[in-house]
Amino acid sequence: MTPPVLSVRNLEVEFVTRRAVLRAINGVSFDIAKGEVLGVVGESGAGKSVTGLAVIGLIDPPGRISAGEIELSGTRIDHLPAEEIRRIRGKRIGMIFQDPLTSLNPLYRIGDQIVETIRTHTNLSETAARKRAIDLLAEVGIPAPEKRIDGYPHEFSGGMRQRVVIALAICAEPELIIADEPTTALDVSVQAQIISLIKRLGRDHGTAVMLVTHDMGVIAETCDRVAVMYSGRIAEIGPVQDVVRNPLHPYAKGLMGAIPTLAGDDKRLVQIPGSMPRLSAIPPGCPFNPRCAFAFDRCRVERPEPIQQGAQSVACHLFDTAKETAA
Amino acid sequence: MLAFTLRRMLQAIGVMLAVGIIAFAMFRFAGDPVNQIVSIDTSAAERASIRQSLGLDDPVLVQFGRYFINALQFKFGVSYQFRLPVANLLMERMPATLELAICATLFAMVFGILMGVYSALRRDTMLASLFQAVSLIGISLPTFLIGILLIYLFAVTLGWLPSFGRGEVVKLGWWTTGLLTLSGLKALIMPSITLGLFQMTLIMRLVRAEMLEVLRTDYIRFARARGLTTRAIHFGHALKNTLVPVITVAGLQFGSVIAFSIITETVFQWPGMGLLFVQAVQNVDIPIMAAYLLMVSLIFVTINLVVDILYTVVDPRLRSTVGRTA
Amino acid sequence: MSDAVVPHRSEAHAPSGRPDIGWFKRALDSDIFYSFRRSKLTMAAAAVTLLFFLLAIFASWLAVQNPFDPAQLQLINSRISPLWTADGQSPFLLGTDEQGRDVFSAILYGLRISLTVGVLGVILSGALGIALGLTAGYFGGMIDGVIMRIADVQLTFPAILIALLVNGVAKSLFGNRLDEMSMLGVLVVAIGLSFWVQYARTVRGSVMVEKNKDYVAAAQLIGLPAPKIMMRHVLPNTMGPILVIATINLALAIITEATLSFLGSGMPDTMPSLGTLIRIGNNYLFAGEWWIVAFPGLALAGLILSINLLGDWLRDALNPKLR
Repeated sequence: MTPPVLSVRNLEVEFVTRRAVLRAINGVSFDIAKGEVLGVVGESGAGKSVTGLAVIGLIDPPGRISAGEIELSGTRIDHLPAEEIRRIRGKRIGMIFQDPLTSLNPLYRIGDQIVETIRTHTNLSETAARKRAIDLLAEVGIPAPEKRIDGYPHEFSGGMRQRVVIALAICAEPELIIADEPTTALDVSVQAQIISLIKRLGRDHGTAVMLVTHDMGVIAETCDRVAVMYSGRIAEIGPVQDVVRNPLHPYAKGLMGAIPTLAGDDKRLVQIPGSMPRLSAIPPGCPFNPRCAFAFDRCRVERPEPIQQGAQSVACHLFDTAKETAA
Repeated sequence: MLAFTLRRMLQAIGVMLAVGIIAFAMFRFAGDPVNQIVSIDTSAAERASIRQSLGLDDPVLVQFGRYFINALQFKFGVSYQFRLPVANLLMERMPATLELAICATLFAMVFGILMGVYSALRRDTMLASLFQAVSLIGISLPTFLIGILLIYLFAVTLGWLPSFGRGEVVKLGWWTTGLLTLSGLKALIMPSITLGLFQMTLIMRLVRAEMLEVLRTDYIRFARARGLTTRAIHFGHALKNTLVPVITVAGLQFGSVIAFSIITETVFQWPGMGLLFVQAVQNVDIPIMAAYLLMVSLIFVTINLVVDILYTVVDPRLRSTVGRTA
Repeated sequence: MSDAVVPHRSEAHAPSGRPDIGWFKRALDSDIFYSFRRSKLTMAAAAVTLLFFLLAIFASWLAVQNPFDPAQLQLINSRISPLWTADGQSPFLLGTDEQGRDVFSAILYGLRISLTVGVLGVILSGALGIALGLTAGYFGGMIDGVIMRIADVQLTFPAILIALLVNGVAKSLFGNRLDEMSMLGVLVVAIGLSFWVQYARTVRGSVMVEKNKDYVAAAQLIGLPAPKIMMRHVLPNTMGPILVIATINLALAIITEATLSFLGSGMPDTMPSLGTLIRIGNNYLFAGEWWIVAFPGLALAGLILSINLLGDWLRDALNPKLR
C-alpha cells in the first residue's frame, strides 16, 4: 500500500511567551491521499493556518513543534535540518497564502520571481526556466503570459496575482499544495475561479491539496474530506458529504449553520453562543464545553479522544457510548 | 510621473524663494552694507550717495529682485573680511567640502548598511549588541569630540595621520582634489570618519529597523514557503526592499552632511565652505553667511529632487501610481 | 494566527479585586521593565543626570575657586596635571589650564552654563512650538498652511546651521555690545528657534484630531468656549509625546550649545560653557596636556549619553508608537 502523501500524527505546536507556553495545536492527526482535497475549517485562531505552517516547516520561534510526526509520502519531515526542509518547501510542498496583494515582492517582476523559484529547485537554464514560467502562467489562466511575465505585481489585479501565486506554488510539480484561505482576500466573483483552478490543478497533476478556509460553501464544492478544527484540535473529520449533511460534533453542527430543534423536523439558523477561548484560557476537558448545549460533567473534566463513527471521526463524549454507560 | 516631477520642482523653487528672502533680509538688514564700505570719517552726504549708488534707497521689492537676479548669476556681493567676491571664495572651497562630504557619506553608507543588516539578521549576538552600543555612543557624542578624540589617538599619540588640512592637492581645472595624492588621502580619513559617524549610526539603525520590518512581511514568508535559499531571501528580497527607504534617508542626509561639515572642517582646519562660514559668523561677514545659506539650500533642494526621482526608479509601484494619486 | 498567541495581559495579570493597588504595580509588571538590564541602565542614567544637575546647582560650594573670577587665578598654578599623576598638586583634582584655572571647578561652572542654556532653550522652543502648533491646528486654513510650510522648510536644515545663522545675525545687529549674559540669551533664542518644529507638529496633529470630535461641536452648541474645552483634552493627550521630545531635545540643545561654543560662536572664554572649555583645551592637546580637554569632554559626553538614555526609556514608556 502506498503511504498517503501527507500524514500528520498527534501534532502539537507551542508558542513560548515569557508569561506562558501557549499550545496552538494540540494533538492533531489526519492524512491526505494522492489527488485528494482535504478541507480544514474553523474560526480564526482555531489553528488551521498554524497546522499548514507546521507541515511546511515555517513555525518560527517562539513557536515550535513540540510533539507528533509529519510524514510526506512516508518520510518524516518534521525535525529536519533547516536546509533540508527548505529543499522540500516549494519543490515537494507548494504553499498559497491568503493575501495575493502582499505575497509577491513588489520590487521584482513576476517572471523573475517565478524563474528564481524554478531555478532554486531544478537545473533548468535561465531561458528554459523562463519558458516554463510562461507555460505555468498560461496554465493558471493568465492571458498573454509572454507579455505579462515582465510585469510587476502591482500591475495585476488581486485575482490575477493569486493566479501568479498559484503558478509559483506549483512550479516544481509538488506532491502537496497547502492553500491557506486562498480566496478570503478576493472578490466574490473571482473566488470561484480560483477555487476551481486549484481543484483542476490538483486533479490534473494528482496533487494532494490541503485547503484551509472558513467558507463552508467552498468546502462543500471542492473537497473530498473535511476537518473541523476548534481550539487547536480536530473536532470532527470525515468525507465531505457526511460532515456537511450529518455533522456529529455539536460545534460542527453549529458551524454547518443548522442545529436540530427539539421539534426535530424543521431547521433554523442558529448562532453558536460565545466565542472561541483564547489560547491562554482554554478550559479543561473539551475546549468547546462552555459553549456547548449538550455539555455534561465529563466534558468539563476529561478531554475527548477521536471516536470513529462510520466514515467520520469525532472528538466528543456524546459518542463514547461504552464509557458513558460506565460512568 | 511627469506631473509628479513638475510638482516637486515647483515645491523646490518655492523653498528656494523662501530661503532667498531670508538671505536677502540678512544681507540687507542685518548688516548695513554702507558701513562695510566706508570709513568712520565719511561724510553723511557721501554715505547718502553711496546708498544711492548701491540702490539701497530703492523699494525693498526692487532690491530683492536685484539680489535675486544677481544670486541667479552667482553674484553674492563682496566679502567684508577678504574684500573678494563671495562667489569666488565659495567656489574655491567647494571641492574640499564636496570631497569630504562624499567620502563621509560613502563611509556611512557602507558601514551603516553592513552593520544594520548584520544586527537585523543576527539579532542576539554579541557583535549586534556591540553595534547597538556603538550607535548609542555615535548619537550621543558631539561631532567635535569625536574629531578631537581621533586627533589625539591617531595624530598626537600614534602619529599615523595628519591632524589638519587637506594634504597635497592636485588641480583639475578649477577643481582641486586630494584624492590623487597619498597625503591627500591620508588627510581625508579622519575627517570622513568624524563627519560620517553620525550618519552611519542613523543608517545602521534605519537598516536594522527596516530589515526587521521587511522580514516580517508576507512576501518574505511566501519566499520562504517557495523554498528559496536563506541567502536569496536575505540579500535578494529583504535587502532590496530595505534599501528603498534607506536610499531616501541617506540621500536626504547628504545635505546635512554638507551642513555638518561646518563642525568637522573647524576641528580639522579643513579648507572648505564650512570653515569659511564659521569664520564668517565669527567676523560677522554677512555676504558670506547669506551666500552660504543659499548654496547649501540649493544643494539640499537639488538632492531632495534627485532622491524623489531616484525613488521612483527603484520602486516600480511609484512609477505608474505616484503621478496619478499625488 | 498572531492574534491567537498574543497574551492578554489585562486579564491575566490585573490584580483582580484590588484595582487600586494600582497602576504602579502594573507598570512594574509591564514590558518596559521586562529587561531588567535595560531598566538598570535607565536607573543609572537617571542617577547620572541627577548628579550632573546637582553638581551644576551646587557648583559654587563644590568648586575650589570661581573660574570666572580672574582675581582667583594664579599663573603659578598653570598647567598642573591631574592629582593622581606624578606632577599633581592639591587641591587641583583634575589639573589646571594655561591660566591656572582649576579644571574641575571650570567643569562645574561650565556645566551650569550648559544646563542653563539647554533647559532654557528647550523651554523656549517648547513654548514656541506648542503655541504655533495650537494656532495652526485650531485656525487651520492659511495660518496653518504658512506655519507648517515654514516648519517643513526648516526641518530640511540642520538645527546647528540655523542656530549659527541666528547667532551671526544677532552679532551683526548688536555688534560687540554683547556681554556674557546677553550671549547666553542669544544662544537660548538660537536654540529655541532651531527646535520648535517637532512640538508644533505633534500639538497640531492632536488638535486636528480633537477638533472634529463630537464633544467640541456639542460644547459649541450649548455655548461653551470650544478652545478652552479643547485645551483641556489636547494638552493632556500631548503631554507624553512633548515630554519625550523635550528630553531628547535637551540632549540636542546641550550638544548645539557646546558645538556653537566650540566653533567660537557661543559662550566667550570669560564665561566658558563645556563647549568653550573643550575649544580652549583643544589648543593644548598637542602639548600633551590632555586633561584640559579630556575632562570637560567626558563630562559633556556623559551628560548627553545619560539624557539620551532617559529619553529613549521615556519614549518607550510613554508612547511606544513614537518608536
